[in-house]
Amino acid sequence: MPVVMDAERISRALTRIAHEILEHNRGLSDLALVGVRSRGVPIAHRIAGDLKQITGTDIPVGALDITLYRDDLMGASVGITPLVRKTEIPFSIDGRTIVLVDDVLYTGRTTRAALDALTDFGRPKSIQLVVLVDRGHRELPIKADYVGKNVPTSRQESVQVHLLELDGVDEVLLEGKE
Amino acid sequence: MEVAGQTESAAPPLTGLRNRHLLGIADLTAEEIVLVLDTAEAMKEVGRRTIKKVPTLRGRTVINLFFEPSTRTRTSFEIAEKRLSADTLNVAIASSSVVKGETLVDTAMNLEAMAPSMIVLRHASSGACHLLARICKAAIVNAGDGMHEHPTQALLDAFTIRERKGRLKGLKVAIVGDLLHSRVLRSNVLLLTKLGADVWVCAPATLIPPGLQQMGVHVTTKVDEAVEGADVIMMLRIQLERMQGGYFPSLREYFTTFGMTEARVKRAKPDAIIMHPGPINRGVEIASEVADGAASVILDQVANGVAVRMAVLYLLAGGTDEASA
Repeated sequence: MPVVMDAERISRALTRIAHEILEHNRGLSDLALVGVRSRGVPIAHRIAGDLKQITGTDIPVGALDITLYRDDLMGASVGITPLVRKTEIPFSIDGRTIVLVDDVLYTGRTTRAALDALTDFGRPKSIQLVVLVDRGHRELPIKADYVGKNVPTSRQESVQVHLLELDGVDEVLLEGKE
Repeated sequence: MEVAGQTESAAPPLTGLRNRHLLGIADLTAEEIVLVLDTAEAMKEVGRRTIKKVPTLRGRTVINLFFEPSTRTRTSFEIAEKRLSADTLNVAIASSSVVKGETLVDTAMNLEAMAPSMIVLRHASSGACHLLARICKAAIVNAGDGMHEHPTQALLDAFTIRERKGRLKGLKVAIVGDLLHSRVLRSNVLLLTKLGADVWVCAPATLIPPGLQQMGVHVTTKVDEAVEGADVIMMLRIQLERMQGGYFPSLREYFTTFGMTEARVKRAKPDAIIMHPGPINRGVEIASEVADGAASVILDQVANGVAVRMAVLYLLAGGTDEASA
């Protein structure tokens, strides 16, 4: 199974993204990071750590669970309800620049759900999107502002992101056709 | 730094309930109960938002069919349904017009013809929900059937205990009151024993149903023995409307012998919590100072009821396949 990114590449990509966020926003005063559960959350914390190292500023980090906003939930699904986890955004998002963080951007449906969910929390000044991997095949008009790595894939393949905090190892794998 | 969500685990996001109805705690495994409680935690967060609504059940119709009077349970279900964006309809039928059997079936068949996703049913007859579950395509949620079960009450009680105590296993829970007529008792005993609590039940001998010992609880008529060292004191309402007299000499005497007073509460652990499913009879089963005291979580139970019912509706909605038709 090919390793698309190892620990070092992930770390360098996130540090680069932190610099890009700084450059793009000219300061951090009204910025907050919101990770999409599950793997967007540790990625958001790491970017916040990088931003702290670069500027000395603490950036608030929240966690967003999008399960209740999914568009495939009540359709033909087979009696399986995905686990709903807590959304924890311990700050007001009104008037803030929110940097949404997810591990993989694929169809764009998760991001659509995340945008709807965020809107229920307030009215941010703007929302930007960070993804560790963009694997293409968009089904909605959604585009990331910051990308760790573009990985061309076929729809039969699957991208597995493993992170130290949740999986004990940092790596991005591309699983082949079944 | 403001931090959130660092205690995340990578457990596989599984599952729903095995059954497509919620008829009673008897049908749930310990794992399913924990799933409902965990899901309710997430639902509780929705209730703290400015906009207390998520689009999850959009386009689903839920009928609240109540053949018995109810304030708490019906409003709690209705709020839960609305917070999940379901379309809700309340059918309240005066208890006097109800006879068991055909009337209920006919009513249900007529409602069923309007294709609801779920029917939340309260009925004076034990087993009414099982009957509907056999004939309806809609998922049936038991909101209290006769003297049988009231599963969402037991789930919200467990949620409240876990919220305060961090666990259920090993806790001493004393349940005092009308054990004979109480569906809340039955559901609570089933749930608490499944999750490993040490359950003591207490009532006058006339209000203890036969066979209670076989449910894995300690049965006593001495309230002091039940309350001694308890982590949780759960009072049950004296159900005057279900009593055709003669269970005890007078309400006053009941209060003297079994009523929860501050003196009795002192026998429990210093951090014990006081619970009651409501509506409370002040000065009958519980003293006002206790019901309104610092240890009382009676209103937390009401608040948690909405989150727990949202969790149940969500978990059952995933199990119905009629929406794809």
